[in-house]
Amino acid sequence: MDIKNIAASGTLLAVGIGFGISSIFTMDVGSALRMGPGYFPLILSIVITVIGIAIGIKALRDTEGFHPQIAPLRALAAIIIAPILFGLTVRGLGFVPAVALTSLSAATAATGQRPLVVLAITLGITVFCLGVFYYGLGLPVRLIGPWLGV
Amino acid sequence: MDLIGNLGLGLSAALTPYNILFCFVGTLLGTLVGVLPGIGPTATIAMLLPITLSLSPETSLIMLAGIYYGAQYGGSTTAILINLPGESSSAVTALDGYQMARQGRAGPALAAAALSSFFAGTIATVVVAALAPPLTSIALKFGSPEYFGLMVLGLAASIVLARGSVLKTIAMVSMGLVFGLVGTDINTGAMRFTLGRPELADGLNFVAVAVGLFGIAEILRNLETTIERTSVISRVAGLWPSRADFRAMIGPACRGTLLGSALGVLPGGGAILASFASYALEKKISKTPERFGQGAIEGVAGPEAANNAGAQTSFIPMLTLGVPANPVMALMIGAMIIQGIVPGPQVATEQPVLFWGLIASMWIGNLLLVILNLPLIGLWVKLLTVPYTVLFPAILAFASIGVYSVNSNTFDLYVMAAFGVFGYALSKLDFEPAPMLLGFVLGPLLEEHLRRAMTISHGDVSVFFTRPISAGLLTVALIVLIVAFLPNIARRRKQVFVEED
Repeated sequence: MDIKNIAASGTLLAVGIGFGISSIFTMDVGSALRMGPGYFPLILSIVITVIGIAIGIKALRDTEGFHPQIAPLRALAAIIIAPILFGLTVRGLGFVPAVALTSLSAATAATGQRPLVVLAITLGITVFCLGVFYYGLGLPVRLIGPWLGV
Repeated sequence: MDLIGNLGLGLSAALTPYNILFCFVGTLLGTLVGVLPGIGPTATIAMLLPITLSLSPETSLIMLAGIYYGAQYGGSTTAILINLPGESSSAVTALDGYQMARQGRAGPALAAAALSSFFAGTIATVVVAALAPPLTSIALKFGSPEYFGLMVLGLAASIVLARGSVLKTIAMVSMGLVFGLVGTDINTGAMRFTLGRPELADGLNFVAVAVGLFGIAEILRNLETTIERTSVISRVAGLWPSRADFRAMIGPACRGTLLGSALGVLPGGGAILASFASYALEKKISKTPERFGQGAIEGVAGPEAANNAGAQTSFIPMLTLGVPANPVMALMIGAMIIQGIVPGPQVATEQPVLFWGLIASMWIGNLLLVILNLPLIGLWVKLLTVPYTVLFPAILAFASIGVYSVNSNTFDLYVMAAFGVFGYALSKLDFEPAPMLLGFVLGPLLEEHLRRAMTISHGDVSVFFTRPISAGLLTVALIVLIVAFLPNIARRRKQVFVEED
């Protein structure tokens, strides 16, 4: 079994079947003459599903090892959480704390970093972004948000 | 419509101090980020795109274009100095450029790259200006079946030119098309794949998807290994090439410009193809092919000219037809749409200042690059010593602020994070994100023209084959796809792209 392509096939099947079912059940498919909103997405879903099946069948017969080199779990989490943190806090806490949290989360993604260095990076980026985006480009945001009682 | 008059109009728009300033900022930022290894032009533009949205449409497009060739050029600098091509089309430059640097001829190598890029850029700007009006007037006669055929051809070509499995690339294009359909159906007002979230009624935010797929996924890939940068950069001394160098450069630069201008128009990866083709050509016609790979200046000048010319002419399909030739052009189209401009042939007639201003700014941008790069090379060399651990948190902060500022919508940040993970997973499974982004941009257009064509023809599919232009385009698309599947070509494709890694 070719594990990598089994996973690839699984991804395609999930997307293809998911969107396909959603096209059929949540919208009008129509006909080639009067295409409904579901017509074109259904065709694409079928294409994706068929390719998923084709890659899957071939992968079942192949033998190939798959040892992906993946970023450390901590780095992955820190990077992905960073923009989410920004989204969660930019309205409530305001621009400055949101940027600081985002940079802090991202900066902790690197392994073997001393805490003091992480803090310095965070501070530097926050000041820089404040200068560029707020004062430089006039981004319409609240610097400190209502959650902090200001 | 005369070439001189149009270019004059363009220059008068591009030469306002304001536009020169942003053209400069664009090339500077592009070079800055392009010099950082592992971040290519697509990721750079995706991350910096939101910054430009507060500017007027023409200024923002001028700045984006500047970022594009700046990043392209920055990649060549690292390719020569530390053998790390910032992006795939400068991989060829690393072959001989780095050897020259090791022999203490980094200066002439950098100058060869800058001067032949500038030369190619100048010629390619004229090519774009000359070709755009006739193509635009043809495109204005296009009906829905023709547009549909054209977009299918564009997607088919991007499938052939992508590396990796043809089947997987087709799946990626289709996936991009489906993601592009998320939101409100313009014909019926029905909600599609919105999962009941009102934020998705306008569709997935293009910038968020692009930054996720290219920017975030790129950072994750770079964090796989602890990055250590070799500090073998020797002092760059003696920048100016000798007279013999100049003589050796002229031929390759001219041929590279020709190749690049022609191949750049191809969808998918024209500029990359052009730099490889130019290198192969120079090696073939050289009297001393054994010097290639050992520090031949022809091997730097040719591909650099080709890749810059190609980068420039890849604007042609975007400007005249509204169809992107590569992910960067997809981003430019996204930027236009956000600015309220409908991309397509009508841009040239309705927005002549924007259209010609952008074209003229390409030449100014290329000139600025020479000024930026040759005297300031020491600065860029220093930049290579900034640790990645400082850079990527900054990039993430910029990306977050940028994506948020497009619509002041927090949901877009979650979309960006989700597509970051998705893009990273896809790359681990050998799927390429570029065709997906092309599909994403073309999805709504392709569907609209398909539906309109079918309505006009009362459901008769033959409409695509009885109209000569549409029939021709679809036939070429079919041939292109068949060729991609031929085992012989498939093997060749593999070889070409293996060489690149």
